[in-house]
Amino acid sequence: MTRIDATFAKLRAEGKKAFVSYIMAGDPDLDTSLAVMKGLPAAGVDIIELGVPFTDPMADGPTIQLAGQRALEAGMTLQKTLDMVRTFRKDDADTPIVLMGYYNPIYNRGVDRFLADAQEVGIDGLIVVDLPPEEDEELCIPAQAAGLNFIRLATPTTDDKRLPKVLTNTSGFVYYVSITGITGAAEAQAGDVGPEVARMKAQTDLPIIVGFGVKTPETARAIASVADGCVVGSAIVSQVAAGKPVDEILAFVKSLSDGAHAA
Amino acid sequence: MFQTAPCHLTASRWLDQIAEALDTRPVLRRHRREVARIIDPDALCRAAAARGLTVVEDGAHILIQNGSHRFPAASPCSSPRTPLTREGPGWEGAMANDLFNSFMTGPDEKGRFGIFGGRFVSETLMPLILELEEQYENAKTDQSFWDEMEFLWKHYVGRPSPLYHAERLSERLGGARIYMKRDELNHTGAHKINNVLGQIILARRMGKTRIIAETGAGQHGVATATVCAKFGLKCVVYMGAHDVQRQAPNVFRMKLLGAEVIPVTSGRGTLKDAMNDALRDWVTNVRDTFYCIGTVAGPHPYPAMVRDFQSIIGKETKEQMMEAEGRLPDTIIAAIGGGSNAMGLFYPFLDDKSVRIIGVEAGGKGVNEKMEHCASLTGGRPGVLHGNRTYLLQDEDGQILEGFSISAGLDYPGIGPEHAWLHEVGRAEYVAITDKEALEAFQLCCETEGIIPALEPSHALAHVMKIAPDLPKDHIICMNMCGRGDKDIFTVARHLGFDMSATEGRKAD
Repeated sequence: MTRIDATFAKLRAEGKKAFVSYIMAGDPDLDTSLAVMKGLPAAGVDIIELGVPFTDPMADGPTIQLAGQRALEAGMTLQKTLDMVRTFRKDDADTPIVLMGYYNPIYNRGVDRFLADAQEVGIDGLIVVDLPPEEDEELCIPAQAAGLNFIRLATPTTDDKRLPKVLTNTSGFVYYVSITGITGAAEAQAGDVGPEVARMKAQTDLPIIVGFGVKTPETARAIASVADGCVVGSAIVSQVAAGKPVDEILAFVKSLSDGAHAA
Repeated sequence: MFQTAPCHLTASRWLDQIAEALDTRPVLRRHRREVARIIDPDALCRAAAARGLTVVEDGAHILIQNGSHRFPAASPCSSPRTPLTREGPGWEGAMANDLFNSFMTGPDEKGRFGIFGGRFVSETLMPLILELEEQYENAKTDQSFWDEMEFLWKHYVGRPSPLYHAERLSERLGGARIYMKRDELNHTGAHKINNVLGQIILARRMGKTRIIAETGAGQHGVATATVCAKFGLKCVVYMGAHDVQRQAPNVFRMKLLGAEVIPVTSGRGTLKDAMNDALRDWVTNVRDTFYCIGTVAGPHPYPAMVRDFQSIIGKETKEQMMEAEGRLPDTIIAAIGGGSNAMGLFYPFLDDKSVRIIGVEAGGKGVNEKMEHCASLTGGRPGVLHGNRTYLLQDEDGQILEGFSISAGLDYPGIGPEHAWLHEVGRAEYVAITDKEALEAFQLCCETEGIIPALEPSHALAHVMKIAPDLPKDHIICMNMCGRGDKDIFTVARHLGFDMSATEGRKAD
C-alpha cells in the first residue's frame, strides 16, 4: 500500500473528499517553492502534485508554462526536484507526493535510474502527461513494478470503449481532466463533471480526482462534491507568479482545501 | 553474355550492368529490383539460393543459373566467401543478413521506426490520433482518394515538377552531373502543398471544419491557407513571433488567403514553440479541428502519412531520371529541418542500394558545444518531444534547446523519426551546412542557373558544391530544390549588407 492508497483509505473513513494541490518545483526559486511545499499539509493539502519543469509543456496553459520557465531560469532540474522531495521527507513522512511532468527529462535520465531515485527520495506516484496507455512499456509498467503509483489522465474524449484501456495499469487514483483543453483554462462545471465521474465509477474502484479549471473555493467544493476530490494548480501558481509571500499563498491554499473538504 | 564487372568498378555501374543483363531474361525480370540492390557478392549468392536458383562459380565469377539461363552476377574478389545452399551451413545467418529486408516497411503497428516514432501525446489527443490512423488507412487503399489527389496535384499544384539538368552549375563545379528536382515550381512555391492537399482531403472526409497548422518559414502555413481557401475551410496558423518578423512576405500571403496568423511568443518564438501552441489549440478544440502537420514528425500516423504524400517527389524523380539518363542517380541530396522534402525524395529510393542518400541539416554558426545550430542528428541525441521519439537538441537535464539557423524552415530542434532510424541503421548519411555556406550556395545558384532558391534547399546545394567537384563526370547527383527564395530575399539582403530601402525608388503619391 502506497502513501496514496493509505491517504484515500483514511479520507474515506473520515467521510472526507481529497484536496490535491499542484505547485511547480523551483518556482520562482528552489527555496520559495520548498517553503510553500512544506506548508501545504498544514494548509489542508492531502496529496501534493509537484511539477517538474520542462521547456515544452504541450498540455499546459500559460500559467504553468511561465512557472516552468521561471523555475528553469532559476536553475531547476530533475535532480534538484528529487533533492527537494528528499528534504521535504525529512519533516513529513506521510503526505503523498506525485511527480507531474513530461517524459523527456525522465527518459534522458534513464528510466531505471529515475525510478530508483524516485523511490529512494520518497516519491509515491507519477503523472506523465505525454505517456498514454499505448506507450505503457516505456515507464508505466516499470514504475508499477518498482512500487510507484502510475496515475493516468482520463478526459472527456476518453469514451466508454477506450476507458478500460486507460484504467488498466492505472493505480493510486484516476485524474479526470474536466475539460478538453489545457491547464488553467475554462472553469470546470460540476454539472458536466458529475455524469462523467459516474461513467468512470462504473468501471473502476479507484478514487476519481478532478482537475483542470478548478480555481476558487466554491468550484473546489462543487467539483469535490461530485467526485472523490479535486486538484487545483494554475490558481495557486498564479499566486506564486504574483510574488505573494509564502504565508499568503498558503492562506489561499487553505481556503481552497476548506472548500474541497466541505463537500 | 556480358562481361562481369571487375571489382574496381563502382558498385552502381556494376549494378547497372547486372540490371541490364537481367532485363534480357524475362524469367528473372520480377526479381530484378531485388537483385539489382545487392552490392555484396555473398549476399547475392544467398539471395539466389533463397529463390531456388543455382549459384555456380567458374573460377573468376559467380554465375546465377535458372534453367538454361546463366549469367554472371558477381566477382568473388571482394571478400572470402563460402558458397551457400539452402541446407548448407550458415544459411540462417545469411537470412539474418539484412540485405534482403526492405527499408520501406516502417513504421510498425506501434508507429515505430526501430525505437523512433511512437505516440507520445496526452490522453485528450489519443482518441483523435487513433481515428486519424484508421481514416488514413482507409483512404490509402481507396482509389477515389488518390484520384482526387492526382487530379489536384496535376491541375492545382502543377505536378509533375520538372527534373532539371543544371548544366552551368555542373560545369562550374567541374565534377558530377547535377540535377535539380524543381519542387519550387509548385503552386505556393515549395513542396509543402503536396502534403497539405492530402491532409485537407482527409480532414474533409473526417468532417472537420477547422484546420490548424504550425509554420516556420511560412511555406507550410501558406500552403495550408491556400488549400483551406480553395475548400472554404477556416484556417488558423501558429507561427513563432521571431519567424513572423523574418518571414513577413509569407505572413501577408497567409492573411490574404483568409487565414488567421497567431504569433507565438512562448519560448524563443520559433517553429518548436509554434508546434506547442498548435498542439494546445488542438487539445482545446478536438471535436471540430484537424491539425495539419507540415513535416514528417509528430505522433504516429503523421510521420508516415506526410512521407507518403511527399513521396510523389521521389516517385517522379525516379521516372524522370530513367527517362533522362536511363538509370538511377548515384547520389540524392535534400535539406532537412523536420525532414519532409527529404523523406519525400528519399523514400522511393531506400531499397535502391546503389543510390547514396544524403540529408543536409542546418549547421547554423557551426556544430559545436555552443549549440548554435539545428543539426539534431549531427549534434543531438534521442529524446521525446511533440509526440515522437527522435534525435533532439537538448541539455544534460533533458530540456529542449532552441535551434539556430538563418533558415526559418530548418530552425527546429528535432527531426522526423524515420530520419533518426535511417541514420542509426546507416541507410542515409546526414551532414551539416553552416549559414555561411548556404548563403554562398544561394548566390551561386542565382548566378549560374537563374534560379533563386529558398535558404532551405540552399543548404542541400551547399553540400552538392562540396562533393561535386571531386566526383567523376558520369556521377549523377539529384538535389531537391524544394522551395523558391522569394520569401528570403530580405534576409539574404541583410546578411549580404545590401540596403533594400535604398533601391525601392520613389513611392507613388
